[in-house]
Amino acid sequence: MPASFVPPSPQELFRFAPEMLMTVIATLIMVMEPLSAPEGKRKFAVITFLTLVAGIVLTLMGASDPGTAFSKMLVLDGFAEFFRILVMVVGLLIVLISTNYLKLEQHESGEYYALILFSIIGQCLMVSANELIMLFIGLECSSIASYVLAGYLRDDKRNNESALKYFLLGSFATAFLLYGVAWIYGLTGTTNLSAIRATLLDPTNHPNLVMLGAATALLFVGLAFKVSAAPFQMWAPDVYQGAPAPVTAFMSVGPKAAAFAMFLRILMTAFEPLKDRWEPILWTSALVTMLIGNFAALRQANIKRLLAYSSIAHAGYVMVALTTHSEIGTAAAMFYLASYAFMNIGAFAVVTYLARRGEKHVATQDLAGLSQTQPLVAAMLTIFLLSLTGIPLTAGFFGKFYIFKAALDANLVWLAVLGMLNSAVAAYYYLRIIVVMYMEPPAESAEELLAPTAGIRVAIFCTAIVTLFLGIFPSIILDFAGKSAALIR
Amino acid sequence: MNLLNILLIVPAAGFLLTLLLPKDNPGLVRNFTLFVSLIAFLLSLGLIGPVLASPHQLSFETNTQWIEYPSIRYHVGLDGLSLWLVILSTFLTPLVILVSWKYIQKRVKEYYAFLLFLLFGVLGVFVSLDLFLFFVFWEVSLVPMYFLVGIWGHDKRIYAAVKFFLYTMAGSAMMLIAMVYLYNKSGTFDIPLLMDMMAKGRLVLTGTEGFWLFMAFFVAFAIKVPLFPLHTWLPDAHGEAPTAGSVMLASVLLKLGTYGIVRICLPLFPEASHQNAQWIIGLAIGGIIYGALVAMVQPNMKRLVAYSSVSHLGFVILGVFTFTQVGLDGAVYQMLNHGISTGALFILVGMLYERRHSLEIADYGGVGTVAPWLSTMFVITTLASVGLPLLNNFVGEFLVLQGAAERNFLYAVFAAVGVILSAVYMLWMVQRTFYGETPDEVKHHFSDLSVREWGVILPLIAMMIWMGIGSGSFIPAISASDSKILSVVQSKAPVAGKELANAR
Repeated sequence: MPASFVPPSPQELFRFAPEMLMTVIATLIMVMEPLSAPEGKRKFAVITFLTLVAGIVLTLMGASDPGTAFSKMLVLDGFAEFFRILVMVVGLLIVLISTNYLKLEQHESGEYYALILFSIIGQCLMVSANELIMLFIGLECSSIASYVLAGYLRDDKRNNESALKYFLLGSFATAFLLYGVAWIYGLTGTTNLSAIRATLLDPTNHPNLVMLGAATALLFVGLAFKVSAAPFQMWAPDVYQGAPAPVTAFMSVGPKAAAFAMFLRILMTAFEPLKDRWEPILWTSALVTMLIGNFAALRQANIKRLLAYSSIAHAGYVMVALTTHSEIGTAAAMFYLASYAFMNIGAFAVVTYLARRGEKHVATQDLAGLSQTQPLVAAMLTIFLLSLTGIPLTAGFFGKFYIFKAALDANLVWLAVLGMLNSAVAAYYYLRIIVVMYMEPPAESAEELLAPTAGIRVAIFCTAIVTLFLGIFPSIILDFAGKSAALIR
Repeated sequence: MNLLNILLIVPAAGFLLTLLLPKDNPGLVRNFTLFVSLIAFLLSLGLIGPVLASPHQLSFETNTQWIEYPSIRYHVGLDGLSLWLVILSTFLTPLVILVSWKYIQKRVKEYYAFLLFLLFGVLGVFVSLDLFLFFVFWEVSLVPMYFLVGIWGHDKRIYAAVKFFLYTMAGSAMMLIAMVYLYNKSGTFDIPLLMDMMAKGRLVLTGTEGFWLFMAFFVAFAIKVPLFPLHTWLPDAHGEAPTAGSVMLASVLLKLGTYGIVRICLPLFPEASHQNAQWIIGLAIGGIIYGALVAMVQPNMKRLVAYSSVSHLGFVILGVFTFTQVGLDGAVYQMLNHGISTGALFILVGMLYERRHSLEIADYGGVGTVAPWLSTMFVITTLASVGLPLLNNFVGEFLVLQGAAERNFLYAVFAAVGVILSAVYMLWMVQRTFYGETPDEVKHHFSDLSVREWGVILPLIAMMIWMGIGSGSFIPAISASDSKILSVVQSKAPVAGKELANAR
C-alpha cells in the first residue's frame, strides 16, 4: 500500500453507491443462481429490476453533491449523472424485454441478469472515469459482459459466431486503446484527463507531435470501434445479427452511449487543446459512417441486420455532434443518445416479440400485413421507425435537429447538408418496413404468436410514449443535457 | 383559446377518437368522421368575418412558447392569403369523406382516421407563422398521405407512395437546414419577426447566403408544387391514389408548395426572388406547355388530370414571379380555383371508376346517353377547368396572364398557348368518354348520380359558378395580403424593376 493512500471519505463512497450496490447484487445473483430451482429463476429479473431502480434513485440522490472520488480516479458531475441514469434506464428496459425472450427460449437464468448488471457497472464507470486507466477498466468490464451476453445461447450457432467475432475484434480494439493510453502516459507522464490537458496546454512543454498524433490515433481506433464509427464499424452487422435480440438491443444503445460519453469526455477535456487536429478526422469519420450505414441498410432483408446498419448510421449522426466540439454539440449528442435509446429499444422490443422461438421470423417480409393481424404492435413499430427516420413530433426528429443545428453553429455547413441528405436516404429503408406492415397482405404461413409477457408490453408502451413525448416536449431532457454539458471540463 | 386553435384541435381530436372506435362498425366510423369534418368546416366559416374585416393584419393570432431553446414558438394566425386555403381544406374534407363512402371497403377505420389527420396537417401548414412549426406540420402532413396512397391505392400504389414520400423528404431536408441557418443568423424562427428585422436592416443576408437559402426553400416547395421538371412523382401519386387521396393531393397538398413560396420565399428573400425570377418563369411556362402536351396523349384519365395539374400549377408559379399585384392575386386565386375544379374532376373520374372499374379513356364512350346528369356535371367542370368565362378558372388565368403581360408580353403569349392546349386535351377526353358509341359494358353498368353523389358534386359546381361570377367576394382579402408581400419584394427590386413599378 503506497504511503500516500487516503481512504475514501463517506461522501466519495456515497457518490458511487449505485455501482457498489449493483456489484454486490450481481455477485449475489451469481451465488444464488445454482441454488434456485429452474422454475424460480424469474425472481432474478425482479431483483435486477429493483436494483436498477435503486441505482437510479441513488444516482439522483448523489446528484446534489458532485465531485471526484477515489483519488480523482472517478468524477461525478452532471454529465456522468446523465449517462449513468441513461444506461440504467436502458438496463431496466432490457430486463423487461428479456423476460419475453428468455421465456420463449426456455433459458431463464440468473447469469443473464448478472451479466447485464456487470455490463452496466462497467458503463457507469466509463461515463464517470476521470482518467484513462479507469476508463479502460470500465470499458473492459462492460465489454467482457457483452461478449458473453452475445453468445448467451450456447447451443445456437449464430450466437456463437456473434460472440466470437465480437470478442476477437473487440479485444483487438481495446488493445489498441490500451496501447494508446500507454503512449499518452509516456508523453505526458499522467493518465488523469485534466492533468493531460494541463500538460498539453503548458507552453514550456513541447510534446513530440508525431508521437502525440500516433497516440491519439491509437486511442481513436479503440474509441471508434466501440461506437462503431467508420472505418471500424465492420463488426457491428454480424454481431448484432447473431446475438439474441434483447442483447442486440442492449449493445446498440447501452455500451454505445457509454462509449460516446467517454469519447466526448476525452475530446472535451484531455485533448481539447488538439481540437483543430481532431476535427478533420472526426469530420471524415462522421460522414463515412453515415454513408456506409445508410447505404448498406438499403439492401438488407433481415430486420436485425437492417437495424444494425441503421445503428451505424445513427452513430454517424452523433459523430457529427462530436465534430462540432462545442457545448451545444455535446448537449445535442446527449439528447440524441437518449432519444435513440428509447426508439431503438422500442424497435428491437417489437422485433423480439415478433421473432418467435428461435428467432425464426426476423426477415422484413415476415412483418407482412402486421397492421391487420396486430394493429397495435404495427402502430408502435411505425412510431419507432418514423422516429428513426426523423419525422417531426417524434424524439428522433429533435435529436437530428439539435445535432444539425449544432453543426451549423460550428460552421460545419457541408457536414450538416450531407447529413440531412443522408437522413433522406434513410427514410427509404425505414419506410420499406412500414410498407410491408401496412401495404402488403398478411403472410399465410406465419407461426402463431405466443402472448407477450407483461414486461415486454410495458417496455413497448413506455418507449413509444417517451418517443412521442420527447417529440413534443424535448426541453425536458435537453435542458438537463444542456446544463450537464457545461459542467464537463 | 381562439377559434383558430379550436379548428386545429378538432381534426386532431377526431383522429384520436376515430382510432378508439370499434373496428367492426364502419358505418359509425363514416358518420363520426363526417360529423367531425362538418364541424371543422362550420368552425372555419366563423373565421371569415374577422379576417375580412381586417385583411391587412393577422387575425386569430396565438403566440406562445413551445420550446425554450432554440426559441420555437407556437405562433399561428390568419390573413387574407391563408384564409381561403384553410376554408378550401375544410370544405373539401367532408366531400372526400362522402366520396369514399362506398368505394373504401377495406380497413375503413384507418382510412377515415388518416383523412382527419391529413386535415390537421394541412391546416397547420396554412396557419403557421413560425418557420419551425411550419416545417413540423409540413412533414406531418406527409405521413397520412403516404398511407392513403400506399394502402388504398391502385396497383402500383407502393411505388407511388414511396416516391412521393422520398421526393418531399429530400426537398424538406434542405429546407430544414436553411431554416436553422436563418435562425443562427437572426435568433428567431418567427416569420413576421424575420420580415420585420429585414425591413429594419437588423438582419442582412449577403447575396450568396440569400441565394442558397432561397434555393433551399424554393426547391422544397417546387417539388411539392410540382414545378417542371420536378413533377415526376405527381402523375404516379395521382394515378395510384384512391379518389379521396387524389382530391386532397391535388386540391390541398400541392397548394402547400405554392403557399410556401408566397409566404416564405418572396418576403424573406426578395433579392434572390428577383434574381431567379427569369428562369423560374421559364420553367413555369415550360411546365404549362409540357404538362398540357403530355396530358393530351394520356390514355388514363387520372394521369391526364394529373398532368393538367402540372400545367395549371405552372400558371400559379408564373403569376407569383411576375411580382405584380394582378399576377400575384391571380396566382393565389388560381390556387383556390385549381383546388375546386381539379378536385371536382378527380371526384367525377372516381365516380366513373366506381361504375366501370377502369381509368382508361378507351374503355368508355357514350356515357352521356346512359348517365346524362353525371355527364352534364363533368362537362361543366371541364369547362371550368379550361377557363370558360363566368366560371372560376377564367378569372385566375386572366389575372395571371395580365400580370405576365405587364412584365413581359412574351410570357403571356406562351402561357396563353397553355390555355388553348388545355381546351384541346380536356374536350378531347370529354368527347371520347361521353359521346360517340356506347360499349356494352358501359350500357349495363351505368347508373346516374345517386343522392350522395349529388351532395358531393353540387357544392363544387356551385363554388365554380360563384367564384366565376362573384370573384369580388374573395379577391379583396387576397389582394390586401398580397400587397403587403409585394411591397417587401418591390422594395428590393433591381433598378429596372423599380422603374417598371414607378411607371405604373
